[in-house]
Amino acid sequence: MTEGVFIHKKVDAEKGTGEMEEVTLIPIKEIDIKLEADLITPDSFAGKSAEEIGKLSIWQGPKTYPLSDFFEVIGSAGSSAAETLIRIKGDAMRVKRIGEGMSAGKIEIEGSAGMHVGSGMKGGEIVVNGDADSWAGMEMLGGLLHIKGNAVDHVGCAYRGKWHGMKGGRIVIEGSARHQLGGGMDGGEILVEGNVESFCGIRQNGGVIVVNGSALRGVGAEMAGGTIVIGGKIERFSPGFEYLSMENKVTLGEVELIGEFKKFTGDYAISKRAKGALYVSADANPDL
Amino acid sequence: MAGTIAIKNGYVFDPLNEINGEIMDVYVRDGKVVKELTAAEMKTAKIIDASGMTVMPGGVDSHSHVAGAKVNAGRSMRPEDHYKANLQKTALTHSGSGYTVPSVYKQGYDYAAMGYTTVFEAAIPPFEALHTHEEMRATPLLDMGGYLILGNNFFLMRYLRDGDIEKAAAYVAWMMKTHKSYGIKCVNPAGVENWSWGKNIHSLDEANIHFEITPRETIKGLSEVNEVLGMPVPLHLHANNLGHPGCYEITKDSLQILDGIKPRQDMDVEWAETKMDPARDCSVYLAHMMFNSFAGTTWGDCESGVKEIADYINNKDHVVIDSGCTPFGEATVMTGDGPAIQDMYKLTGNKWSNTDVEMEGGSGVIPFTYLKSNPVHSLQWAMGLECLLLINDPWKTIMTTDSPNGGPFTKYPEVMAWIMSEAFRKQTFSECHKWANDRSELGGINRELSLYDLAVLTRANPARTIGMSHRKGSLGLGADGDITVYDINPQQLDPNNFEALLRAFRKAEYTVKDGEIVAVKGEIVSLPEKRTYYSEVHVEGEKEKEMLADVKEWFRYYTLGFANYPTPEKYLANPTPIQVNGER
Repeated sequence: MTEGVFIHKKVDAEKGTGEMEEVTLIPIKEIDIKLEADLITPDSFAGKSAEEIGKLSIWQGPKTYPLSDFFEVIGSAGSSAAETLIRIKGDAMRVKRIGEGMSAGKIEIEGSAGMHVGSGMKGGEIVVNGDADSWAGMEMLGGLLHIKGNAVDHVGCAYRGKWHGMKGGRIVIEGSARHQLGGGMDGGEILVEGNVESFCGIRQNGGVIVVNGSALRGVGAEMAGGTIVIGGKIERFSPGFEYLSMENKVTLGEVELIGEFKKFTGDYAISKRAKGALYVSADANPDL
Repeated sequence: MAGTIAIKNGYVFDPLNEINGEIMDVYVRDGKVVKELTAAEMKTAKIIDASGMTVMPGGVDSHSHVAGAKVNAGRSMRPEDHYKANLQKTALTHSGSGYTVPSVYKQGYDYAAMGYTTVFEAAIPPFEALHTHEEMRATPLLDMGGYLILGNNFFLMRYLRDGDIEKAAAYVAWMMKTHKSYGIKCVNPAGVENWSWGKNIHSLDEANIHFEITPRETIKGLSEVNEVLGMPVPLHLHANNLGHPGCYEITKDSLQILDGIKPRQDMDVEWAETKMDPARDCSVYLAHMMFNSFAGTTWGDCESGVKEIADYINNKDHVVIDSGCTPFGEATVMTGDGPAIQDMYKLTGNKWSNTDVEMEGGSGVIPFTYLKSNPVHSLQWAMGLECLLLINDPWKTIMTTDSPNGGPFTKYPEVMAWIMSEAFRKQTFSECHKWANDRSELGGINRELSLYDLAVLTRANPARTIGMSHRKGSLGLGADGDITVYDINPQQLDPNNFEALLRAFRKAEYTVKDGEIVAVKGEIVSLPEKRTYYSEVHVEGEKEKEMLADVKEWFRYYTLGFANYPTPEKYLANPTPIQVNGER
């Protein structure tokens, strides 16, 4: 159905200049209450030995524990964040906030990542080889978050109650995501190879969302600016958009999409001054 | 001995006693300021060496939104206000969260960290008084009280329209006792009632729907009631048309209504010794003046109207204002002025809430961000500071941000530094939109307030204006042992070094409450008991009976039974009634 649509993915972050020192975290036990692991960042590991990293305290529910209670720590960090690579060898689905606010360096997770992975990250790179739980890349400012599996809700979104989400950087999801992807997004890029469900790009103000697959409903609801491209079918199209033109190519920075697209603008359901652009695959949506 | 302390060798600023930076010792025994401690007492007393530091009475905030239904609505509608501002619990203190609208615990600690010990809630809808008291009771450290919203009250509008001041006074007296509140607050007089019908009022002589009472009659009537009863506080006025371009005119006219009213404060309390007359001498407290001072006709041509109101106030002696400064950044606007909130929603498109408080008033909440890049917001910043700098007599001004409307109270240090430092103002001018300079007079003002002035604006005058100077706002004998020590050496004070001022004001070196050290460099170290003040107003029994017959008759329109209406004393932390208009 999306034949002819081509997404050029730029998944390499800016290469660091120097060599990277590697810290490996190996999960050593089942985690019951999820960990608040906002200190698993190149920034807080930088300049520390394995022993020092193991002593960093981590919140679990109402208490703190040393990181070494949950992970075996091998290797030592580089002298700066940019020179530090953190490899989590195993599954981290119950570890929240990995890489929160990181400014440089790299985190590679061999399994899946818990909620809020890369939220507020400013630079550097996170690679999740498995799936990512909800809120991946929440309010991200820069850097690259690369999820090789699926993501859940609120990817690159604003925090609850807030109206401004991701402002910069890039999120690449090779699988599918679910609801409210890019909610309140102000800038940056989100690329999804698979499908999304409801309210993709809700209240979007800027930036680019490209979904190769299909969307369920509410795409671009209340959007005021920015661009959304849906390569597959939109099950239930938002009522506040106006048809503008047919396009046979969409070029958005480094992303080029080839195929027949119907271009809409909106969402005029709330504001008549809205400037959002919504491109929808013509083939997959003959009834629009 | 708890509550006994000696603060030695500090530079003391106590305006109510005309002490301007003298090096002195301050002694407190059992929570009260005394002349000296005996040698035996000195052995067990805590001693603070305040050499080279500034000593003032504890901070008094006479207008802040800190407790009650709308404050809590502000908390619950803004999860985004909480997730980055949180406080870890300690062995002593509770956890908390919230930036513009902190949780009750956090706000108590945050105020105390800055050297404040007394805070008055600016607006209690009677119907929500019980909720307000529950939150005040849970707010640690601060002595509190609050003003009752009565400017659009069905019973009062009826009495005042009929000119029945006696019954109106009996009703107010009964309401103060019933809801354990402290003074009369009047929000958008007569206008909020119209809002029940989707309308507002825009001039002083426009009668509202059904009650057919005008703002002028409401203001006059409530003030008359206030002075007949001898209330501690003057009429606490949030004028009509707030937040609209051109509103300065109606504000000035509203103040004029109360020119010539003789202030009468009849409180049976023990007065701390002060050199100045501690009784209030004003008939009106104009709240958050900045929001009521716009000139112009639209947001496109609006400019500051502060000068016009300041000129009026400079030439008269019956007005005290608080500034309602806007220090830029996040805020949560909350007010009893329902229509003003809807106007702000139309302007911003933000999420908002509005509530009709049955027969008593309205209210609303909306998040707001004051941006340096925005022309109107920049102008508002300048206007807020103009309020404090263009009115010549410090005893006519009080520093507030109308927290959290103009910004959270935790931004007070910025406001204090702006009024003390022209260099800081100049720096902000260079960062914000040019309207701040072009459309106000602030750029031409080189006045820099002294530490003595600051003690007037943040201690002595708020306490005196709201009738708390019998125990707050001074270090006179018999006053409460509430003391702030700032790490500022007045001899070396350099207004150009505003960074040092900001640091000192953000975290007081010591905050002492009732003679106990409660905070050291911003860290809470003890949690003594707090008090809640209210006015127990006495009126003739017969009048009260007649009035109550009316109230009971109309009470069927409430969703609440008459018996469940009052706030029992058990909802107050250490209830401290102030006897008004006669002895107990």
